[in-house]
Amino acid sequence: MGGRIITITSGKGGVGKTTTTANIGVGLALLGKSVVCVDTDIGLRNLDLVMGLDNRIVYDLVDVVEGRCRLKQALVRDRHLSELYLLPAAQTRDKTAVSAAQMQALCDELRKEFDFILLDSPAGIETGFHNALAPADEVIIVTTPDVSAVRDADRAIGFVEAQEKGPARLIINRIKSDLVRKGEMLTIEDVVELLAIELIGIVPEDETIIMSTNRGTPAAMDRKSLAGQAFRNIAKRLTGQEVPFMPLPSNDGWLKRLTRFVRPASS
Amino acid sequence: MGILDKLTGRREPSSRTVAKERLQLVLVQDRVQLSPHVLQALKDDLIDTISRYVDIDREAVEITISQNQRESWLVANIPLSRGRAGSRR
Repeated sequence: MGGRIITITSGKGGVGKTTTTANIGVGLALLGKSVVCVDTDIGLRNLDLVMGLDNRIVYDLVDVVEGRCRLKQALVRDRHLSELYLLPAAQTRDKTAVSAAQMQALCDELRKEFDFILLDSPAGIETGFHNALAPADEVIIVTTPDVSAVRDADRAIGFVEAQEKGPARLIINRIKSDLVRKGEMLTIEDVVELLAIELIGIVPEDETIIMSTNRGTPAAMDRKSLAGQAFRNIAKRLTGQEVPFMPLPSNDGWLKRLTRFVRPASS
Repeated sequence: MGILDKLTGRREPSSRTVAKERLQLVLVQDRVQLSPHVLQALKDDLIDTISRYVDIDREAVEITISQNQRESWLVANIPLSRGRAGSRR
């Protein structure tokens, strides 16, 4: 038994897997859980930057797998949260440096030490994706409400089902509520209906994500960040708490809101 | 939208509606990994095979993929020929 291994994947790149991993990690640690975020994107590591731990890396995942260091030597402790750790990817190697069996063995070790092991998967559906999926107890699919992200998410879900990894649950990221209101973006209901898996989180488009990523301090640390709040809610749901989905914000000015009130949109 | 459309009150469907409809079609094909071309070949083979046993209305045969949640079915609607529908054996 021990900790839960949760793989965060998407199919398409750039939808927010790494941001999601870092922020859920922070959210869980804020709830008092011990958490390790594992960057499985070997050769294209980024989780270290997003978590603000890039200048503290000594060893990486491949060093552990190839026996150049002990597991604990490669773990980087978060600057703010003492129960949050990062296991960085190697930057000078490629996806073939680690096998699915090695990833499984590594996660079985981590399971003994942590409540949650979050695996940040590489984009795509090739070796790196399958290696990240192999040890998973649970899977989180991240998508954005646009056609290519939803299509690729569906492919990723297909692989999760085929390998009987599950249950796969869905995060819809970067929802632009004003576009949704105008009928120019897929709604949460549309995406859930299309992908037909359980929803675990909705995250609004939020500039604080860009600023917090620039600083290397995940938005979930920021009490005032709406996206940060959304990620903390997801962390709570992962621990079994029932948290209602947050209402989507309105970024319209007062004049626009007034005209909408006077003349409701036809969509 | 043209001025005529505006006058007659006709509207283009929203881009949300278009996106959803396009995705519904493409996801069906992605999930079963059957291209329209392969589906047509399957249909032709199926018609040939069934025709060896009973007379069917070839033009009216419908083969579609039906989905509920993440499960898929191949649904065949094969009307028998009117008049002399019966066993060929």
